[in-house]
Amino acid sequence: MSGEHHGSSAISERVRHVEALLEARGLVDEGEIDRRIDEFLAGGSPANGARITARAWVDPGFRDRLLADANAAIREVGLSMAGGLQEQRLKVVANSAEEHNVVVCTLCSCYPIALLGPSPAWYKSEAYRSRVVRDPRGVLAEFGLELPATTRISVWDASAESRYMVVPRRPEGTEGASEEELAGLVTRKGLIGTAAV
Amino acid sequence: MADRFAPGDAVRTSTADPAWHTRLPRYARGAVGRVVEVAGHHPLADDRARGLPGTTRAVYHVRFAAADLFGDGDHAVTVELWEDYLEPADPRGGTP
Repeated sequence: MSGEHHGSSAISERVRHVEALLEARGLVDEGEIDRRIDEFLAGGSPANGARITARAWVDPGFRDRLLADANAAIREVGLSMAGGLQEQRLKVVANSAEEHNVVVCTLCSCYPIALLGPSPAWYKSEAYRSRVVRDPRGVLAEFGLELPATTRISVWDASAESRYMVVPRRPEGTEGASEEELAGLVTRKGLIGTAAV
Repeated sequence: MADRFAPGDAVRTSTADPAWHTRLPRYARGAVGRVVEVAGHHPLADDRARGLPGTTRAVYHVRFAAADLFGDGDHAVTVELWEDYLEPADPRGGTP
């Protein structure tokens, strides 16, 4: 397992070579892979996760449906995990005073691109992937998130087919805020679980 | 084929160290955890990585106490694991 494999030029070179072979043998059309990737990334942005979170904050019924069957619930706000070759299963977990959730992919870098956009470099780093399962409280403190000792920490390892998103706690003093204003408060780190909102 | 496990079941992960790609993380081998939910049914990653057809198997969220994985720690780690990686565990054993 190499921590820097995503940025390695040797790998990039090999990928370009394989891509050229696939095109030369007529298995994919020229530019098809780029088009497929563009389609997969199209519309993927943390703004989507923020919208889902804001709806969950203002609508307890939606929140319940989201935690029970996220794939079905996000269709209510016009979103979907079906942008790739097949629909990916989505699991959404919600933070509370008692429990804080944080997401990692220890084996590679699985991430809900449709809802959060491309993942940040630190999410793919070997340091984050290996350390957050072992010492989440310490890693979160390095992110600037000091949790009370009474808050349990639950780490989710995206080791198979599901993708995960965290619903952060709604900030205090936002009772009068609109859903749109609330969505504007939500950060990417909040949706991964490495920051509070 | 019916799922072999259900939420609440205590399970022990395999200790095998296969020569091929697997999606049972090393830190979660030989550990006892508890099934939280069924996370769908998918072809076994180990088979697909070797170019085998890959029969569809149940995949589970399995929750482990950090102390059962690492010997210490007060957090929990939920790992998503194919049925093939799991055996029933004595529910009175160390479970989260």
